[in-house]
Amino acid sequence: MSLMKHINILDYTLLSLLRRKFRNSGIVLVFSFVICITGSVLLLTYAFKREAVLVLGNVPELIVQKMSAGRHELIPVSFSEKIREIPGVSSVEPRYWGYYFDSFTKANYTVVTPGGRLSEGNKLLQGRLPAADERGVAAIGGGIARTRFLGIDDDLALFSPDGRLRNFRVIGIFQAPSELLTFDLIVISERDLKELFSLPSGVATDLVVGVRNETEAPVVARKIRERIPDSRPILRKEIIRTYDALFSWRSGLILTLFAGALAAFVILAWDKATGLSADERREIGILKALGWETSDILEMKFWEGVAISLTSFFLGIIAAYAHIFFFDAALFAPALKGWSVVYPRFHLIPFIDPYQIATLLSLTVIPYIAATIIPSWKAAVTDPDEVVRG
Amino acid sequence: MNRASVFLACVSLCLLTLTGLIFWSGETVKQQNRTVRDLGEISACLRLTDLSFSHDARYTRHPSQADLFSAFQDHPGSIEHFPSGSVSAPPDFSDLGATISTGRR
Repeated sequence: MSLMKHINILDYTLLSLLRRKFRNSGIVLVFSFVICITGSVLLLTYAFKREAVLVLGNVPELIVQKMSAGRHELIPVSFSEKIREIPGVSSVEPRYWGYYFDSFTKANYTVVTPGGRLSEGNKLLQGRLPAADERGVAAIGGGIARTRFLGIDDDLALFSPDGRLRNFRVIGIFQAPSELLTFDLIVISERDLKELFSLPSGVATDLVVGVRNETEAPVVARKIRERIPDSRPILRKEIIRTYDALFSWRSGLILTLFAGALAAFVILAWDKATGLSADERREIGILKALGWETSDILEMKFWEGVAISLTSFFLGIIAAYAHIFFFDAALFAPALKGWSVVYPRFHLIPFIDPYQIATLLSLTVIPYIAATIIPSWKAAVTDPDEVVRG
Repeated sequence: MNRASVFLACVSLCLLTLTGLIFWSGETVKQQNRTVRDLGEISACLRLTDLSFSHDARYTRHPSQADLFSAFQDHPGSIEHFPSGSVSAPPDFSDLGATISTGRR
């Protein structure tokens, strides 16, 4: 009997909402949109951060750059000896890489050299990487393959600084799931890279330093700065922190852009929820005159808040999920990717933090229900005659 | 079937969909372990430091390797003009004012 009473009150509440269906459906629509945008930003940022941490967990522990006039410059390989003498350093290897501006496609590519071999079972590379001393071959990212219409065994033509054209036979193409990491890469051997960029001998782009105990990396970095004052050591922890800050900053910016819409909705919801219309006050008075208890009125308003806010929450969060993980964040992607000729097609791994969803639920549903109940309570405890007469 | 039953059925359906999506995410993440491992191997083998995310400027392609003031490095007084640069976080200057120890006496 008691359950039936609650169901009947819910039934009456829905009937009451349907009487003002245009106003209420408008609120549900705007509320869902606001939750969808906020939820999208939370889901996108969390998924990016998790993927970045996982992928960048294997980057070198310490990278040493040389600075000149405040700019990153080529570093003499002879610095390796100074660094190798520091206790705790296990290895120092030169790293060769650079940017290639492709005048055919007006795009920038990143040219790197392999530091080892990939295992046979790696599914993200069709073909193979060039060996350390192999000449005239390249493995390329999916973005370059698409832009230049290249397949395995095709020739990739690149200009060296003296204007000569150099051909590289494509022996490997990175597959789509790795685009967030490999999209614009050209992997060639060390000798090919030095020739392509006309690098002077005895210099590298930077040095990769291995540290025996990772907790000692900051101490090693400090000692490198002492021995080579014009160097700039970059720790793995700093790289991961850069991405954490970058994604937090970007999500903050997107939320700021939507702050106007959010503020407009808060004003609308506050006005709707806290200020009872004359009709609603009259309805409460009539219900009380018909014998409804104050608790019944409050329950009716509770159901009203639940019906609107919970429906909006579910619609918004499901739409946000679909937007990020099924439609690859189509609304935000242009702002995030920037201004480029070639865009990576990233498909995010659906990392979800249930805590964030629960927080969003509590920050949207509970305040709305509270804002609906409080003014109704004021009307419900007033004498019905006074309420109906206004 | 009254309105309350229809509403409760719809809410249950939404809850079920959301739970299903969270469960599906967990399963997808498990299936992607192999991809994540392969990506880690590629980044270790090629000694990559950055995600291939924005390609408009070198400091947005490799934010972790760029100079601290790189968004303005093209020439003195140069104003940042790349869209992805404008949504990059400024450097962390929270340690400004702290004593910098060089270990020298």
